[in-house]
Amino acid sequence: MSEPVLLARKLTKRYGRVVALDGADFDLYPGEILAVIGDNGAGKSTLIKALSGAVQPDAGEMRLMGEPMLFRSPMEARAAGIETVYQTLALSPALSIADNMFLGREIKKSGPLGRFLGALDRGAMRRIARQKLSELGLMTIQDIDQAVETLSGGQRQGVAVARAAAFGSKVVIMDEPTAALGVKESRRVLDLILEVRARGLPIVLISHNMPHVFEIADRIHVHRLGRRLCVVRPGDVSMSDAVAFMTGAKEPPEALAA
Amino acid sequence: MHPPDTTAESHASFEQRRTALGRVQAFLHAYPTMVPVVVLGLSLVAFGLIAGERFFSPFNLSLIMQQVTVIGILAAAQSLVILTAGIDLSVAAIMVLTTVAMGQLAVELGLPAGIAIPLGMAVGIACGTLNGLLVTRLKLPPFIVTLGTWNVFFALNLWISGAQSIRSQAIDAQAPMLKVFGQSFGLFGTQFTFGSILLLAIFGALWYLLNRTAWGRHVYAVGDDKDAAELAGIRTDRVLISVYALAGLVCAVGAWAAIGRLGSISPQSFYEGNLQSITAVVIGGISLFGGRGSIMGALIGALIVGVFQSGLRLAGVDVLWQVFAIGWLIIVAVAIDQWIRKVAS
Repeated sequence: MSEPVLLARKLTKRYGRVVALDGADFDLYPGEILAVIGDNGAGKSTLIKALSGAVQPDAGEMRLMGEPMLFRSPMEARAAGIETVYQTLALSPALSIADNMFLGREIKKSGPLGRFLGALDRGAMRRIARQKLSELGLMTIQDIDQAVETLSGGQRQGVAVARAAAFGSKVVIMDEPTAALGVKESRRVLDLILEVRARGLPIVLISHNMPHVFEIADRIHVHRLGRRLCVVRPGDVSMSDAVAFMTGAKEPPEALAA
Repeated sequence: MHPPDTTAESHASFEQRRTALGRVQAFLHAYPTMVPVVVLGLSLVAFGLIAGERFFSPFNLSLIMQQVTVIGILAAAQSLVILTAGIDLSVAAIMVLTTVAMGQLAVELGLPAGIAIPLGMAVGIACGTLNGLLVTRLKLPPFIVTLGTWNVFFALNLWISGAQSIRSQAIDAQAPMLKVFGQSFGLFGTQFTFGSILLLAIFGALWYLLNRTAWGRHVYAVGDDKDAAELAGIRTDRVLISVYALAGLVCAVGAWAAIGRLGSISPQSFYEGNLQSITAVVIGGISLFGGRGSIMGALIGALIVGVFQSGLRLAGVDVLWQVFAIGWLIIVAVAIDQWIRKVAS
């Protein structure tokens, strides 16, 4: 197998007396969808926050494309090419689709208006936003100036995913992308995730939904008690086994253990 | 929490069937400033009918502009803060403190106006920055922070001024520049002051900043959902501090206009300015919950208050009914805002 895109070794993070990460390892390979599953409190959200720059681990090392990385903020992780789609989506409901896609990285006009008065190039932002949405097959969204809060839950998820795919050059992390959605909308979002993978971006998918995980993941990272318990392939184990590993009801076979 | 499937085939389709009322709601959601625009239009028509030609005389209309200048500028500052889902109870206190500071520097200490005025601007920025730092660093609610600084600034203003006014003649003799925004020019029978021009210029500049720059989009994003803005990579604390500081500067510019409007400098002036500015903002359709509404709404809100005052006075109605009417206008405006925001859910 080739080099991991994103790798972590022996990550540790304590909150007071609570150990959220206890020497956790992590590997994400090029072009794959890696699902991260774990019981509540297993520390998977802390792991994801460490990878996306929202939390700084107390100890351990992380590498992106082989380069050591230490992010002090999500901004730095983004600048390095790691985009995260948060469960809350991090969209501003009252702002338009185009404004949201470029929130925090707006394009300024070239020339003096942009340089001295900070004028935004709204035409370019609209055009690129529309293009990114249609690349992912989301162009049934007609009005790019529409407020995000007038969209359905799945459409909002679509905008957040399109934003991550548009700017994430190395890794896209998705936190529970289908948790708030109905059956049909979940279906569309899963297709969207496959579409993003087809464009060559590796994806870290955090989900509680076992059928979704088993359907689209290439590998499954099982997190338990603050560390990686094992990595399994959806074809090799059953859903109930994966849940049993996750909850500690069953020990993974030696060969799979991390 | 399953959002309804809008159509059978895809999640990205928008054909939603709406009732007539629903369409109005959606329209107002997209253009929240249309409410105050309609109210202003209707009140102009109504007072034109009640008070007759005198109301529509160029002189009266320009007089309304003069009367709303100071509160309008305060409302501009207030809008910035309210757009971030905050509130600034100290705007008028910052303004009066600045008038007193400029007056003391220019008239009592005899500094040239060219120095006293920039120092006054610095006072306004410092007061605003203090508010911003308290809101972001101590994580206190803006209401409490500015309730506190309102008192602090008011006390400082009494201390610096010795609770004494500076008379108009003294300003004329020492620093006539301080009263420049009270000067008027006649145009087609009107009496426009430079203060009215300043008012429009401030709103124009802020509109540009809020709608055409990244900073402005960030102000809306922070007011809309601070956590989301933070996750999207916006340094929300920095945005908030800059908003309070800019509001302080706008108040200080308002102070310059206020000296021109009053002619003199009084530490007791504009004591109700804080609440009047909030009134204008709310009537102007800017949501107290942040992130929604146009700054131009605040200008229209201030004009609505001015039109009510002028129209009812010309119609010979007791002043208490102005207050009564404005009170109901506030309640109706907030109720409409609540209704409009329901489009989201």
